[in-house]
Amino acid sequence: MNSLTAIASILLAAILTNNMVLSKFLGICPFLGVSKKTNTAFSMSVAVILVMVVATAVTWPIYHLVLAPKYTYLETIVFILVIAAIVQLIEIVLKRYIKPVYNALGIYLPLITTNCAVLGITMLNITNELGFVESLFNALGAGVGFMLAMLLFSGVRERLETADIPEFMKGLPITLVAAALVSLSFLGFAGIGG
Amino acid sequence: MEIWIPVLIVGLIGLIAGVGLSVASKIMAVPVDEKQEKIRAALPGANCGACGYSGCDGYAAAVAAGEAAPDKCAPGGAHAAAELAEILGVEVVNDPKIAFIACKGNGEVTKLKYSYSGVQSCTAANLMHAGPLVCSFGCIGFGDCARACPFGAITLENGRPHVSGEVCVGCGKCTAACPKGLISLIPKTAKMTVGCSNKAKGAPVVKACGVSCIACRMCEKACESGAIKVIDNVAVIDHALCTGCGKCKEACKRGVIAEA
Repeated sequence: MNSLTAIASILLAAILTNNMVLSKFLGICPFLGVSKKTNTAFSMSVAVILVMVVATAVTWPIYHLVLAPKYTYLETIVFILVIAAIVQLIEIVLKRYIKPVYNALGIYLPLITTNCAVLGITMLNITNELGFVESLFNALGAGVGFMLAMLLFSGVRERLETADIPEFMKGLPITLVAAALVSLSFLGFAGIGG
Repeated sequence: MEIWIPVLIVGLIGLIAGVGLSVASKIMAVPVDEKQEKIRAALPGANCGACGYSGCDGYAAAVAAGEAAPDKCAPGGAHAAAELAEILGVEVVNDPKIAFIACKGNGEVTKLKYSYSGVQSCTAANLMHAGPLVCSFGCIGFGDCARACPFGAITLENGRPHVSGEVCVGCGKCTAACPKGLISLIPKTAKMTVGCSNKAKGAPVVKACGVSCIACRMCEKACESGAIKVIDNVAVIDHALCTGCGKCKEACKRGVIAEA
């Protein structure tokens, strides 16, 4: 398998088969919290993609150059530290140079600090023993997969707004049921790609 | 001594991140409008929207940019207006407002044209032939205004809303809630008020309600300062001209005009 098909396979797997939200159940908090409107869901997803790729680009070298092989047990704490710092740095840079993007992302950018999908993807890259470039594409794919899930679900939720829902199912109950059904649909991708 | 190496690793990474962030925030600092933050701090933070902006933050930004006057915050009242004016360095003319319900009718003086037993809401009752009262302009009395008031300033007494002058901040939410449009904001300093909104005149008005303006213009003639005028068959007071002499009240045979 040449490198191009390998990368395509990684992307496909990350977006569909191993979808962060709908197959691995990581990042459920923003998935339920920020998916009420398609606009905000999109903003949040863009921020997540950005942070995932940058976080992978920083954590992969740290793991392989500093932590491996002796101090791999520091992985979690070091990654959390690094991701938190990166998110803040990105926030500062955006605020200074690309104000419209900063305004569009708003509160969602700092929220990503505690998004387990970001920590999840950096750790999965290590666990799956991916190379540096492969890791970057895996992170990109995971981010795009997150965006796909967010956009799909926000579409569902916008329709729920106008649907005639029984009183006891309104709000979170119907949202959780809808999330389960959307997740179920992604079961169909199991086994494809990698 | 083994333990010091991981401690050093985490410590160093933390230190690098910390120093990096503080340097970055210094280099790429964005000048924040201090004025805006000060203004926001002086506002009460009720986010009621009485100022016409999305919330206290929106209003603070507008005031800081000079797009809005500093006296638009109703809950903050004179206190907030004075603070905002001080921050901006301008003088502010203070004009606090209060909600006034232009109807004195109640179950005793106003006749019913049918018995209503539907949803207990003015808006709903108003859909049934403009409400159960003979007077189609008057207060229906189910308290849509009281429910709309975020400050609990309107209470229902004997089926008629009553505005508490001490609690009302003049945000104007009730003015939009009344299906009859009876509620308006008048200056807190207003001396006399007209408690009727019936835009018909003469005998039909007398038949409809015991406390009603029949557009006889007696008040207009009695007023020495020209503050009261009958417009669309209802007496209207110009609060800026009114001296509060009370001559209009004496002249009114229908008991519509009263001290505020």
